[in-house]
Order: sequence, then C-alpha cells, then structure tokens
Amino acid sequence: MRSDGKQSAPFALKAAAGLGLAFMHLPIALIFVYAFTTEDKSYQWPPPGFTLKWLEVTWNRPDVWDALKLSLQVATISTVIAMVLGTLCAAAVSRTKFFGRETISLLVILPIALPGIITGIALRSAFSIADIPFSIWTIILGHATFCVVVVYNNAVARFRRTSGSLVEASMDLGANSFQTFRHVILPNIGTALLAGGMLAFALSFDEVIVTTFTAGQQSTLPIWMLEELVRPRQRPVTNVVAMVVVLVTVLPILAAYYLTRDGDQVAGSGK
Amino acid sequence: MTAASPVTEPAQGTAILPGQGGWTGSLSDRFWRNPKLLLILMLTPPVLWLGIIYLGSLFALLAQSFFSIDEFSGMVQYELTLKTYGELFRPANLDIIIRTVSMAAIVTVAAACVAFPIAYFAARYARGKWKALFYIGVMLPLWSSYLVKVYAWKLILAKEGILTWIFAKLHLTWLLEAWLAIPIIGGYSLSVSYTGTFLVFLYVWLPFMVLPVQAALERVPGSYIEASGDLGATPGQTFRHVIFPLALPGIVAGSIFTFSLTLGDYIIPQIVGSSRLFIGQAVYAQQGTAGNIPLAAAFTVVPIVIMGFYLWGAKRMGAFDAI
Repeated sequence: MRSDGKQSAPFALKAAAGLGLAFMHLPIALIFVYAFTTEDKSYQWPPPGFTLKWLEVTWNRPDVWDALKLSLQVATISTVIAMVLGTLCAAAVSRTKFFGRETISLLVILPIALPGIITGIALRSAFSIADIPFSIWTIILGHATFCVVVVYNNAVARFRRTSGSLVEASMDLGANSFQTFRHVILPNIGTALLAGGMLAFALSFDEVIVTTFTAGQQSTLPIWMLEELVRPRQRPVTNVVAMVVVLVTVLPILAAYYLTRDGDQVAGSGK
Repeated sequence: MTAASPVTEPAQGTAILPGQGGWTGSLSDRFWRNPKLLLILMLTPPVLWLGIIYLGSLFALLAQSFFSIDEFSGMVQYELTLKTYGELFRPANLDIIIRTVSMAAIVTVAAACVAFPIAYFAARYARGKWKALFYIGVMLPLWSSYLVKVYAWKLILAKEGILTWIFAKLHLTWLLEAWLAIPIIGGYSLSVSYTGTFLVFLYVWLPFMVLPVQAALERVPGSYIEASGDLGATPGQTFRHVIFPLALPGIVAGSIFTFSLTLGDYIIPQIVGSSRLFIGQAVYAQQGTAGNIPLAAAFTVVPIVIMGFYLWGAKRMGAFDAI
C-alpha cells in the first residue's frame, strides 16, 4: 500500500509548500505590475491605471544608461578575472593533494561566507591606507574577489566527475599539456565554466553591499537603485529599472541551470 | 606509471617518444616531469589575488580595531589599545548588538518553519517535471536581484500598498491596526516597523534555508518513514522522532546562511524598518559620517566572532555534510 512511494502528499503539506512558493514569487511578480502603473507619487494599490509611458521616460534617461553601462563593464571584467582565477584554483585543488589544500578552499569561500559589509569596509580602508583613488578598477577588485567562489564551486564539481584517465590517455597519445587542455579538459569543463561565469556575472551585476564601499562617487545600477530606495524621487523610473533588472538576471540563471542540470546541482550552491 | 621513464632511462630512446618540439612542447614536458611546477603556476595567481587583496585588507581592518580615536581632535591614534573594544559595551552599542542578534535568531527560526514544508514536498513527493519546477522555483528567488526584492517589499508594505488593501478587502483592517499598535514590533506602518524588517529578512534569506534542508531530506530513506508508520507511530511522532532529527543538520546548515546574512546586512533595516540601528548600519555610520574607523572595525569583529562560534557549533552537529 504505502511501499511504492507514489502516494500523494497530505493536503496540508501541499498547501504549505504551495503557499511557501507563492510567498517567494508573488513579490517579484508585483514589480511587473508596478512598472506600468500611472501613479507616480505613491505606491498605491490597486494601480489607478496602466501606461507604457514610463518605459519611454526611462529609455531617455542618461543617468540610468550610464549606471547600466558601468554595471555591465564591471560585471564583464570581474567575471573574466573570476573565471581565470576560479578555474586555476579548482584545477589545482581537484587534481592534486597537497599541503594546505583545505586552506585554499577556505580562502576562496571566505569572501562570500563573511558578511559583505566586512569585505566592503576592509577594502575601503585598504584603499585609503594605500592612497588608491576610487575608479572602476576598485569596484572590479571587490567584485572579482567574491565572484571567484561561484566559478570555483562549479568547476570543482565538474573536475570531480571528469576522469583523470582521459588526461593521461591524451598525453599518452602524444598531446602536450596545452593541446590536452584545449582538446580534452576544456570541452569537459566548458559548460560548468560557462554556468559559473553566468552566475558570477549575475552576482556582480546585482552586488550592492561591497560596491557602496568601493565605488566612491560612481554609480552602478544597484547603487542607483539604492539611492532611489533610500530617497525616492522618481518612483516610476525605479519601477521600470527594477523590472529590467529582474529580466536581465533571470536569463543567465535559467541558462546556468540548463547547462549544469545533469546531476551537478551546483548552479546555486555557494552563493 | 610511465611518467618518469623518459627522464630516467634515456638510453632506450627508440621506444620512447622524443622530446616535443617548440616552446609549448618543452614547457609541457617540464610540467609532466615536475607536476609541482604546474601546481605552483596554477595556484600563484588566485592565492596572490585573494591573499593580498582580500586577506590583506581584512587584516589591515582588524589591526585598526586595536587603535582608538582621540575624542577631541577626532584623529586616529596609532597606539595599541583595547579601549575601542570597551566602547562596544556601552549601553547604546550593546543595544545594537542585542537587537541584531535577536533579529537574526527570529528570522532563522521563522525561515526554518516556512522552508521545511517546501523542502519536504520537493524532496519526497515532487517527481520529474515538478522536481525541476521546485528547483527553479527556489533558485530564481535565490539569485534574483537583492535590491529588487527589497524594493518589492517596500511596495507591499507601504501604507497605501497591497497588504493594507488586502486587509481592507477582508475586513481585517482592525487586526492590522491592533498589530501595529503593539509596542516594539509595531509602528506607524508596516514599512517602518520591526515586523516589516523581519518579513523582508525572512523573504530574502528563505531560499538559503530551503536548499540545504531539501538536500538533507533527500537523504532520508523513504523506508525509515514507512517503518516508523508500520511500527505504529502517528505522523506527528514520525516527524518528531525520525524526520526532524535526520533533517536537523540541513536546518543548521541553512541557519548558518540566514543567521550570518542577517547579522551583516545594513541595507534592509535602512530601507524597511524603524530608525534604530543594526550592526551593519552602525559599521556604515561609524566609518562614514563619524569617521571612526577603529570603532567600525571593532563592530565588524562582532559578527566574525559570533559566526566563529556558530560555525564551530554547527560543525559539531554535522551541518557541513549537509551543505
């Protein structure tokens, strides 16, 4: 009777699980409604009417474009740095056993395990001690540091599943290290790297806590939003920007999921 | 293996491949002969980056917590002292620490309660397409923009927002008003009350709880639950004596995230909540407007120490196997 594991869940459990999922998704759905409201002075619900006007208004805002451009630049460069560092680290840790291996894993995970504010203020005080002026590179320094871990996690999981004998076979057949990397290792870990890179991109594109400490007067898109949240001046534009941010981050997440779904289950671990 | 033979027995040349040509070839031969060289080359960039940029700044920050600030000139005095740590125990600062830790504890307990049914359903009943749907259903909120999530709650909790409207439609406005009238957790509206802060924290960190709990529940064999039922346990007893103890490492693992993230957050209480400070806000204010870097640094040590103890306890409960 009970042994085939196909019995359906009790109603209360279904309801609790459904409500829980709804609790996680409805607030985000609400953003999409507010982006089209005609009300521009308050957060009135239900919206008195719907309009596409704010899309156009937002489109013509140079400050939003500047912030978006800076965010994209930072996220791209940080992702590239994080992919190189994370892959190197993962390759070293998973291929060989050496003294201090655990320490290296801890070192990689630490920037994300400690609250972001600690990373942020530590970097800021270091910049001021070393007299480094704020620039796009100070933002990137911070972002790349905590993005390494997502690439690392994805790459380590894939390296574990990739058999070491493939590499030996390649070398025995006369390929050198670089050819082996190019033709054997890279195709095997490629999708995991891509997934890690996408998550790193999403993480960097969205990051605000560390950025407030390392940006100075520059404004990335999250910083722009934070200012609007603290002192709302242009609610309709903020609504539209919020909607765009949701769309921009959702796509890489879904892509990363499809790239790693075959049993890795690593797409989200370690954020 | 064959790795060492070309080097040690060059006399048998014909049976062995000659050294490879070109600089890539010779470099690759050196890697093969000396794996340590490759290892060092691979490890140097990430270790240098994290060691110098991250650990370097972290230690520089911690070092500053042992300096103090001159109360008259406002200048930092570079003499080692514990005076700044003493300031943490002033009533005002102690209040901030207690407030933050209690909030983190309440959020953690609530997150465990809300996350458990989702995780349990996903682990035990969801199959095939539903399983994927649940996975994405947790993953999307986890990875979608933190600020957008906070913003969504600002919309929800606003006095003229959807929650007030729902309560009005259900003729329950009196309930909302009674709740807001309660001292401490109430306030003028939900968006300036601790209740609001709590809801946003719960919402934002919930996915971090669901995933490890689900991972722990996936590992509970279904036969245990059937055996418990066959032996006459009611569902409640099965839950208390079989499922819950086995899921506990997962819950503790999730609580590491919810607890640590709440401790360090300074944006949520700033946007949704009363004007009383949390640790993160205190750090921000001390290093920014007040210019008191030593006190800010001492404040950051508080979450580090608390999390140190927390992780130590979690490790003893086997939480790390569940992450």
